[in-house]
Amino acid sequence: MEEIEQPSRNNLEGLKGWLNPSRYGWERISYWFQRLTGVFLLLYFIGHVYETSTIVNGQNAWESFLELTQTVWGHLFLILVIGACTFHSANGIRLIFTHSGIGLGTPGRPDYPYSPSSLNYRQKSGIWIALILSAAAMYYGFNILFGE
Amino acid sequence: MNNTDSINEDKIVLKVYRENRGQKSGAHYDRFEVPYKKWTTVLDALLYVKSYNDPSIAIRYSCRMAMCGSCGMKINGIPRLACYTKISELETSTIECEPLSNFPIIRDLVTDFSLFFNHHKDIQPYIQSNEGVETDTEKKTFSFYQSPEDVDRYLQFSYCIKCGLCNSACPTAGTDLRFPGPQALAQLYRYYADTRDESKKRLDIVDDRHGIWRCHFAGSCSKVCPKGVDPALGIQLLRSYMLGISKDNKELAKKIEINTDKDNNSN
Repeated sequence: MEEIEQPSRNNLEGLKGWLNPSRYGWERISYWFQRLTGVFLLLYFIGHVYETSTIVNGQNAWESFLELTQTVWGHLFLILVIGACTFHSANGIRLIFTHSGIGLGTPGRPDYPYSPSSLNYRQKSGIWIALILSAAAMYYGFNILFGE
Repeated sequence: MNNTDSINEDKIVLKVYRENRGQKSGAHYDRFEVPYKKWTTVLDALLYVKSYNDPSIAIRYSCRMAMCGSCGMKINGIPRLACYTKISELETSTIECEPLSNFPIIRDLVTDFSLFFNHHKDIQPYIQSNEGVETDTEKKTFSFYQSPEDVDRYLQFSYCIKCGLCNSACPTAGTDLRFPGPQALAQLYRYYADTRDESKKRLDIVDDRHGIWRCHFAGSCSKVCPKGVDPALGIQLLRSYMLGISKDNKELAKKIEINTDKDNNSN
């Protein structure tokens, strides 16, 4: 007998559900990335507002805070921001179209083996384009921040 | 290939989730060795275990042919119908059967569908007529003319067997009990798209912050649907109407009054 933790009364997957994107294909991974980058960018935005607000304490306070981003770790963090921003924007545009019913195909009589038209090649292409754009932006950012 | 290999090939380990809150026994897995052929389904394996190993395992099943939607469970972590999943297709030596996520567990693999069906009822899943055909005192009955194109707009969504797999896979349904879930939302689109339906208030039912707007198009519902219903498509199309991007230019089906009892008697 293998004892395990008893689930809650409603047996909801909760955060565990969306923290494990590996079971349902690229669309679920894209959903996971979109949420993850959204939360990350929100935290960055709060930090960014705090960072820029230090200028009211004078030039020295501003410059000493700015030095934090001039380290290797600071640069790596900014590269992540660039990647997250690019993916969130590109994938967000794809989602604006899908939420508007565009690019999903039309309802029809399903034939076995079923292939959902909403998970068609246009959606997969959109996800891959967002990922590639994100990687390219990160590469460009890396060259700017670490280049001579 | 020696004899030992061939014996190993024909058996799998079935790992079954067990939980009985009535007896306050803790949740655990029981393991059973089950022989199988290439056509054996997971439901067959569970019934074998019930017959020869442990009759106390609770499972819900009925038609054994993916029509009733009773035997939904998580098989190797993914919501599937046990009668529709062949052991040979899973290509693993251990098969893990768990109750559907996002549904309260009654016992072992049996889950409570009360909330699921309540959400389904909330979207008023029936044809509505402004003229009140059903309550007409003269008992007039009509036939509706629908072209094949009219039928194609909703037929796909009417294949739903209410197995609950889509709600179990949905990440939003896993965090919000008030979210109707992909099944109910797709059914709302099914009736909305039907040219026989004259309801003007149908969309208001899900125009809520816990309603359709909480769908973020993860697509998992369509991925696990065993009938090709594609709930994600229905939800996005419904949303496009609610946003006003798709124009609601539905032409209601032409009604043709058919013979009443009085007419039949005179004939």
